Amino acid sequence: MTTKPKVSKAELAEQFRAFIDPDYVITDDETMKPYECDGMSMYCEMPLLVVLPETVEQVQRVMRICNENAVPVVARGAGTGLSAGAMPNKEGVVLSLAKFNRIVEIDPLARTARLQPGVRNLAISEEAAQYGLYYGPDPSSQIACTIGGNVAENSGGVHCLKYGLTVHNILSVEMVTAEGDVVTVGSDGLDGCGMDLLALMTGSEGLLGVVTEVKVKLLPKPEVAQVVMAGFDDVQKGGDAVGGIISHGIIPGGLEMMDGHAIVAADDFAQAGYPRDAKALLLCEVDGTEEEVHEHIAQAEEVFRKLGATSVRTSQSEEERALLWKGRKSAFPAVGRISPDYYCMDGTIPRREIAYVLTEMEKMSEEFGLRVANVFHAGDGNLHPLILFDANVPGEFERTEAFGSRILEMCVEVGGCITGEHGVGVEKIRQMAVQFNDEELQQFHDVKAAFDPAGILNPGKGVPALRFCQEYRSLEHKQHTHEHTEAAHG
Amino acid sequence: MADISQQLKEQVLQARDSGHKLNIVGGGTKAFMGREADTDAGTLNVGEHTGIVDYHPVELVLTVRAGTPLSEIEATLAEEGQCLHFEPPHFGAASTIGGTLACNLSGPGRPWAGSVRDQVLGIRLLNGKGEHLRFGGQVMKNVAGYDVSRLQAGALGTLGVITEISMKVMPKPAASLTLVQEMGMDEVIHYMNSRAAEPKPITAACWVDGKVYLRLAGAKSGVEATAEKWSGEVMEQGDQFWQQVQDMQHAFFAGNDVPLWRFSVGSTAATPELEGNWFIDWAGSQRWFRGAGQLKELEPAARAAGGQVSLFRGGDRNGEVMHHQPEALKGIQRRIKNAFDPDNIFNPGRLYSWL
Repeated sequence: MTTKPKVSKAELAEQFRAFIDPDYVITDDETMKPYECDGMSMYCEMPLLVVLPETVEQVQRVMRICNENAVPVVARGAGTGLSAGAMPNKEGVVLSLAKFNRIVEIDPLARTARLQPGVRNLAISEEAAQYGLYYGPDPSSQIACTIGGNVAENSGGVHCLKYGLTVHNILSVEMVTAEGDVVTVGSDGLDGCGMDLLALMTGSEGLLGVVTEVKVKLLPKPEVAQVVMAGFDDVQKGGDAVGGIISHGIIPGGLEMMDGHAIVAADDFAQAGYPRDAKALLLCEVDGTEEEVHEHIAQAEEVFRKLGATSVRTSQSEEERALLWKGRKSAFPAVGRISPDYYCMDGTIPRREIAYVLTEMEKMSEEFGLRVANVFHAGDGNLHPLILFDANVPGEFERTEAFGSRILEMCVEVGGCITGEHGVGVEKIRQMAVQFNDEELQQFHDVKAAFDPAGILNPGKGVPALRFCQEYRSLEHKQHTHEHTEAAHG
Repeated sequence: MADISQQLKEQVLQARDSGHKLNIVGGGTKAFMGREADTDAGTLNVGEHTGIVDYHPVELVLTVRAGTPLSEIEATLAEEGQCLHFEPPHFGAASTIGGTLACNLSGPGRPWAGSVRDQVLGIRLLNGKGEHLRFGGQVMKNVAGYDVSRLQAGALGTLGVITEISMKVMPKPAASLTLVQEMGMDEVIHYMNSRAAEPKPITAACWVDGKVYLRLAGAKSGVEATAEKWSGEVMEQGDQFWQQVQDMQHAFFAGNDVPLWRFSVGSTAATPELEGNWFIDWAGSQRWFRGAGQLKELEPAARAAGGQVSLFRGGDRNGEVMHHQPEALKGIQRRIKNAFDPDNIFNPGRLYSWL
């Protein structure tokens, strides 16, 4: 845990201005305002100051100064995170990596790219396209989110079942430690010597180090991709169809599901021609060689029909494929149109539980008096319930949060987890006590201390202090979940 | 099939109380790996902690106790048309899944199918305090807490006793075929990488004794169409060849007189000029070298190729066998070790002399 900082704001700013362009050591409230939150705007805090270094050496010096003076440091990329992982600490520094935005090198033969952490996810694929290559993970914020943030969150996207998460698609990371050392974990080789520090760094939410360079793997762009859309009049049938495809030995490039509410909202928005009366919609994309796609698409259509699809449509052109995806990709803004605000959840469940989870969620929706629409990365079990609410109605956000907590607890109950790709941050820190017991949480704290003895990196995020966990678990309405968790640990 | 986790836990607590060390053993087929085991330490036998805990073919997820032999797992998966996609080497019938993860061992398909570390979704771990902990889960995506599960890959059991593993499994490819042709070592790096950069169903690429072998696998039509376009003869019994590579039963790996070194390097890097023989796998990312020498002498060559070298089998196992670590990383790893195993009970000195 951090102790009280040993320097004043003015002293700290002066020290930074000695080696960083003074315009990029920001101390006034107006200029700092955009940094007060990330994509999870319900959680805000103004930092002590914001600093934008432009060299690794400057990052090292910032870290040394902060480490010596026990000043918290919150590293920040594009600020698109959805769990308040980049929310500032009011006694700390926001360390923006925005100036590290260069693609250092693309090696088409080795199929790798060396990137500064502030390079946008989509920019990697755009630059690699000239070589017939692309970068696999494609979170829906890929227009804006950066590779440094992707490493911090172990970002996924809609193609994870086949192509993996960030952790599967990076070779090495250069980082500055809390004590100001520069180290490289991983190498150009695939599996180096000793414990896998690269995996440990990936998804560590800025609690273990500050990433200053990333080497990623690139993939050859598939020759063909085609999508089959299937509508079902029942959620259970839709869920079974997901299993049916996989049992058939097909690993789709993307496999997405939407519930009735999301189908209508997305279709209103994108006019994608979705079956509006369906209770579940599947989008199954198959990619590969022409022959392979042809073979698998025919099999997929047959599986969906056999399992009771009320409509099946296969894209016959790139335009049609793009249109069918447009609805899914715009599901969030589409839902945004039918409600003043929405809260996006991020649990993961075993796929076989989808019908049960959606049905339970409908019941909770009535209980809380809040509508919920669901989009689901069915291929990998990652569920994104969107709870619709109005922040201007007093008490409605609190009710939304309570509803959200219940959903996450249900995810753990059925054998899943509280976050698939958005991270814990501040938002889900209480639910960590549902998924992990005190010994496990203490082990996480001990790992953190191995990297950051003074506890300056993103304090208060990711792993809860144990004293808060007891309180959270002891709340009466949590009792059933707690018992389940205890049983699972028994 | 037995759950002996309670017994394992008691042994750990006993060792802790009495100040003893423990060498963790599964099937005992990988005793040749790492530095010499501490002869004063007792043995913690995980080999009897066996059995499949949970398997849902439709979920593509398997949960299994760490002492379960690979062969038993593979037989169960085969009944459902599935497999361990990372093609673990079997150094004997007793090779276990726990040992495979601790050593991070994957076969010829690794650059495409991923490694054992890539497929791991969650583990249970007995730490040095005798706490039986659970990390990760049984789902493909899980970013709650640090990735302690994958951290174990390559740690050679120095951070705790892996007791249970949940991992992703995959359908067996419907068809596969191997193309072989003669090629010199100087051309093959460029050739294998060029092929890997094409959007074709390539799933393995290696070179040995002047021949390059490429495996195509997946939908039958895609495999056959690619084979027609690419050069090389279709190999009879290609699957048998790859099984030999996977299990290191190929003639290149035979005998113990000459040390076997593993270079994990950039796939396009030039092969170091050293006195000895090479087996190039993983389309250039893993290069096996048989030759005399010292780790310190080989490290600059590995570094120049963007990677690391380790002594895999034979040679001097009292000195370091893994690539040198810079001071800052040594410090972090010592503190991680201390976080999991504060009394230094597990596999002392097996990974590094200083850990």
